[in-house]
Amino acid sequence: MPETTVSLEVRDAGGGACIVGVRGEITAASEDALMDAYARAGGEDVKAIVLDFSELGYMNSGGIGLLVTLLVRANRAKQKLLAFGLNEHYRQIFELTRLDEAIAIHASEADAVAAAH
Amino acid sequence: MSTTGANSPRDAGNWAKPVAALHVEGVPAGARNLVEGKRLVGPLQGFGKMWQKTYRARLEGAELAPAEVIREWKHNFPRFWPEGNAFYPPLTGIAPGEIALIEASVAGGLRLSTGVMVMYADEESFTLMTPQGHPLAGWVTFSATMTDRVTTAQAQVLMRAQDPLSELGLSLGGHGQEDRFWQQTLSNLAAHLGAETVVETQVTCVDRKRQWSKAGNVRHSSALRFPVAARNPRHTSR
Repeated sequence: MPETTVSLEVRDAGGGACIVGVRGEITAASEDALMDAYARAGGEDVKAIVLDFSELGYMNSGGIGLLVTLLVRANRAKQKLLAFGLNEHYRQIFELTRLDEAIAIHASEADAVAAAH
Repeated sequence: MSTTGANSPRDAGNWAKPVAALHVEGVPAGARNLVEGKRLVGPLQGFGKMWQKTYRARLEGAELAPAEVIREWKHNFPRFWPEGNAFYPPLTGIAPGEIALIEASVAGGLRLSTGVMVMYADEESFTLMTPQGHPLAGWVTFSATMTDRVTTAQAQVLMRAQDPLSELGLSLGGHGQEDRFWQQTLSNLAAHLGAETVVETQVTCVDRKRQWSKAGNVRHSSALRFPVAARNPRHTSR
């Protein structure tokens, strides 16, 4: 697998939602970075984590596994996990792996944040 | 897959396309196609506790790059399975979207007819995903990486039992059987590559919660049967 390079930006979207912007690659090697971003985003008051995939450049099956793990953690904390910014290719991967049944995919940040509230 | 072009993501050719139902072209002799029309199921669609199991083998002495190990693994995949289990690879080899049929030994002398779809494949890894009717819901990723000039081969399972019966089976020895299966597979791979190895196993319960809403998956679990004397599946390759 290629070396992974990812940067994750965490920002408050208000109303108990937090956005995690993903820039670069999501692979199994992204685990520490993603879980660190989740820890920064997922305080007690946060009811929803919104993943921004508009700058996602690469994802392999290890990365999808990581998103499953993240979803389990969010569910355990009774937080919704939502996503936006997925291009057609990554939407298809969510459909293939059936992650789209558990992570609601939205067309835009505004839609995702509205659904998070 | 056909998602290519100047603006396509780098991984575009590595993923299978979504499918509503599996369809197998040409069933090899000795295999039973019980996956026809079935849906794929990921770890989110299963019933039991979610597990991540990682089996690693450092291939000391093999002097092969990760891509070479994966090439060998893909090409000879059925040969590395433990005795008494048959993997019928797709005619075109292990490539995204292809389906392989499986005849496997499970606990209690039963045999299992099922299959898997190649969900993802690149030069240094590939992933197989299970369909409805398989005891497990999830996927297995096979990969190779190099550290300190030694390549390590890895099989990593992310799965839940698909239904309550399979969950019971896992707790009554199924977990151990699965561990031995992949440990033996990695040992066989290492031996094929001329390497000495000890397989390390790491098991993590990702989610202790059982998904009772998925208990109805049991209606798909019709793939178990008693052995037929006339048929004795062996390692198979085409």
